[in-house]
Amino acid sequence: MSAEVVLQTEVVGRRNEHLYFALRNPKVAIGLGIVLALLVLGLVGPFFLSDSPNEYVGPKSEAPSGEYWLGTTYFGQDVFTQFVHGLRSSYLVGALGGGISFVIGLAIGFAAGYRGGMVDEILNMITNVVLVLPALAVLIVISSYLEVRGVVTQAVIIGIFSWPWVARAVRAQTFTLRNRDYVDLARLTGKRAPQIIMREIMPNMASYLLMSVILLFGGAILFAAMLDFIGLGPTNAVSLGTMMQQSMAWSSLHLGMWWWFVPPGLAITLIVGALYITNVGLDEVFNPKLREM
Amino acid sequence: MTLEVEDLQVHYRTMKGDVRALDGVSFSLADGEIVGLAGESGCGKTTLGKSLIRLDGRMQHVGGKAVLDGAELPIGDDRAMNTHRWKEVSIIPQYSMSALNPTRKIGKMIAELLRSRGKSYREIKGELVHRLELVGLSEKVLDNYPIELSGGMKQRVVMVLSTLLDPSLLIADEVTSALDVTNQKAVAETLVRFRDMGFVKSMIVVTHDLSLVYQIADTIMIMYAGRIVEKAPAETIIKAPKHPYTKALIGALPEVGLEHGDERLQSIPGKPPQLLNPPTGCRFRDRCPLASDECAEEPPVVAVDAGHEVSCWKAED
Amino acid sequence: MGRYFRRKLLIYGLTFFIAVSINFAVPRLMPGDPVARMLTRNSVSNLESSEAMRGYFNDIFGLDVPLWKQYLNYWVALFQGDLGVSVFAFPAPVSSVVADALPYTLALLLPSILLSWIVGNAMGAMAARNKFLDNGALPIGYVLTAVPYMWLAILLAWVGGIILGWFPVAGGYSFALTPAFTWTFIVDLVHHWVLPFLSLFLVALGGWAIGMRNLVIYELESDYANYLQALGAPNRLVRRYAFRNAVLPQVTGLALQLGVVVGGALVTEVVFAYPGLGSLLLNAVSNQDFFLLQGILLFIVIGVLVFNFLADIVYVLIDPRTRLGLEGGQS
Ligand SMILES: Nc1ncnc2c1ncn2[C@@H]1O[C@H](COP(=O)(O)OP(=O)(O)OP(=O)(O)O)[C@@H](O)[C@H]1O
Ligand code: SF4
Ligand SMILES: [Mg+2]
Repeated sequence: MSAEVVLQTEVVGRRNEHLYFALRNPKVAIGLGIVLALLVLGLVGPFFLSDSPNEYVGPKSEAPSGEYWLGTTYFGQDVFTQFVHGLRSSYLVGALGGGISFVIGLAIGFAAGYRGGMVDEILNMITNVVLVLPALAVLIVISSYLEVRGVVTQAVIIGIFSWPWVARAVRAQTFTLRNRDYVDLARLTGKRAPQIIMREIMPNMASYLLMSVILLFGGAILFAAMLDFIGLGPTNAVSLGTMMQQSMAWSSLHLGMWWWFVPPGLAITLIVGALYITNVGLDEVFNPKLREM
Repeated sequence: MTLEVEDLQVHYRTMKGDVRALDGVSFSLADGEIVGLAGESGCGKTTLGKSLIRLDGRMQHVGGKAVLDGAELPIGDDRAMNTHRWKEVSIIPQYSMSALNPTRKIGKMIAELLRSRGKSYREIKGELVHRLELVGLSEKVLDNYPIELSGGMKQRVVMVLSTLLDPSLLIADEVTSALDVTNQKAVAETLVRFRDMGFVKSMIVVTHDLSLVYQIADTIMIMYAGRIVEKAPAETIIKAPKHPYTKALIGALPEVGLEHGDERLQSIPGKPPQLLNPPTGCRFRDRCPLASDECAEEPPVVAVDAGHEVSCWKAED
Repeated sequence: MGRYFRRKLLIYGLTFFIAVSINFAVPRLMPGDPVARMLTRNSVSNLESSEAMRGYFNDIFGLDVPLWKQYLNYWVALFQGDLGVSVFAFPAPVSSVVADALPYTLALLLPSILLSWIVGNAMGAMAARNKFLDNGALPIGYVLTAVPYMWLAILLAWVGGIILGWFPVAGGYSFALTPAFTWTFIVDLVHHWVLPFLSLFLVALGGWAIGMRNLVIYELESDYANYLQALGAPNRLVRRYAFRNAVLPQVTGLALQLGVVVGGALVTEVVFAYPGLGSLLLNAVSNQDFFLLQGILLFIVIGVLVFNFLADIVYVLIDPRTRLGLEGGQS
């Protein structure tokens, strides 16, 4: 029993230490800073700007100015308003799509890794199948049959197809963790599988899971942007991807309207890039070996 | 004397500060001597072994020296150490099972390694095959990839490879802990044989397992929290230990000669001190049943008998 | 080794089966009547052919035929190479429409995948051994992997095509030319190819470089590397081993990343109006040409599976562990 007590306090100690180093790691600080700044812009911005980003508010094809910070579209819509609303959709898709794929991947990975045997064989097979399916192509076919597409439906179908690598990694980690002493101990004291997974196994791969969530979040945003760009974006909302699609459809390139296509792509790059950098920073926090490098 | 280590200090550099994993270690090793190094997990055994052959990126040589065959080892100078490695100091690492490049045939890897050290594989191959046969492996393993061998076979390959150039000093770090009992015994005997046949001059055998090291070592050193607390002939350490820590270790052993006891070391109540900011005075004080006021001072090293040194205020009692 | 390939083939077979089944099921499960939608939409522009189309689709989606029979017919047709008829290119069969576009996509994909893999791995390996290089290359690598494919394509088109005017920004070749085996035409073809290729190449490059860097660093920390160094092996030898071993997972990665790169190629083609599968897909989507859409998906799935299988073979050839069949490799 004393071994267990020691272990518990060590986990707590390590968590505090991680938090301490995480906040001090410049990569984590910069990455999170960018992600949060754009998030706040997307959350708060719409309250100060128009509720309907597609409204024709001003002169057509106007370059950025004091009044229209990012200029206007070919039709006279305010690009900045669209941008802010687009940020909102992107974060929503990222959180929801990433969240769904995380939950699926986690469930399948734990089930396969903890149960093993036949369950594992079958789940592993399914994982590998979804892994080789070219997700974007499948998503395009499915989306194109939907007459009405919302940000939420988009997030759901993205989530359904992007979980395999999380499942694989969780499965592998569970395999190694499930035979540890403290898991055996928990099993002997009569705890049941879900409880053991939640209490004993998950905390020991928390750092890994956190990093997976971050990658899934970024991946879902990229996926959504690609779908939107092909014209399969939400039919009722503005997103960063649809902005790019519209700008290309109305030849902003030839008209030199860079303010229309630069901001949305730049925002996606910033968000996803910042997420990756946060991840690298977190990796350094969780693996002290990397800190010195 | 093959090896003389004097006041060796090696630290791990971390964000929080220096971990003093070796804090003033001194000992010597006679020609042909096998010395066992034992102590609880984290006391610095591996660090001591590595310090004598290769510091990793986070280790820093802070002070002290090691003299091998009359010449000082350039411990802190990675490049200068290179000429000594394998030829004069060699190691059988803790991780023998994974020490061989998985994607190279064993023979090819050895050939490439030898060539990179300016040796001719062709000239040495005869001896290599001879030694492989000595440990019960056929020449054919040279044509195998590591995964084609069992764990025990890989370990024997590593033992032969590490000693191929007849080093003066061999460090064997936990070479038996991953093996089952029969293999443990075979490996231990092989180590002794290598010494007897002159493949290596002297040896430091790092282990958790006092009963095993008792069978092969001439001398045993007990380490605690970055220091050596007792050194004596194997017999003496087991039968008449002086240091309270050693006594606790031995007391934890059910009966000498039985084939277990490795995990027993942990059953001493309490935990060893942090090496980040180690306490002053005797480091065993917190857990020592005999501790008294004077133990707040650094205990002296007392030679209680020929070849028996103890660093404890109560050593003479 | 036999086991390894059997497993792989089972997975690929299953994937193909599932992709075809998705193709079959999606139009029948979705709310509304896609055929009707497709027809109303196209009969406006294509009055004369709409009657013929209606007849054709009623055959395929025949309401009086039970579902399982439709499913069976679907497979039979598939094995006869019949993917249905394109609506927007009526009455051209889907297979020929796709076959016309395929070479363009392959011409973009294959070089960009292989070159980015090779160059990326080389750069990653260099970054892993040089701290100075690492500090410069790593952020660039991360930015490149974070860029949405189409945005980099747009930027390249804008800078290289519009501002500098060095390259054309649309099409696979100039309107004025007809495809022929002439010098002028080939030069024109390459001229149109450069920007979309570069765009795909750059985005993929970052990922490979980062992956390789991390793998090499990991290998350099591994037990065998430590042991070699303890025996005084020069860095040269250790690095060579580390590099060789780090390349292996990158081969698997090549197969796994393929789906993503194909997606990237699709949107990149859309940006450059490059006449490959991507532009075809856009047409199919905007014309609600579902047969064409599904045909494209099927081609992509088959391509990805074939490529995966090739990667598996390469992997077996270069990694003794899978070759010896003792560990089964990554499945
Ligand atoms: N990379 C590192 N960074 C910081 N501290 C380290 C590092 N490696 C080891 N240490 C610390 O150095 C001390 C000695 O470690 P060492 O590995 O030498 O112990 P050991 O006696 O070999 O233990 P074991 O029996 O578990 O192998 C430990 O307290 C450990 O916490
Ligand atoms: S010096 Fe004191 S505390 Fe240390 S071991 Fe001896 S008696 Fe115990
Ligand atoms: Mg050790």
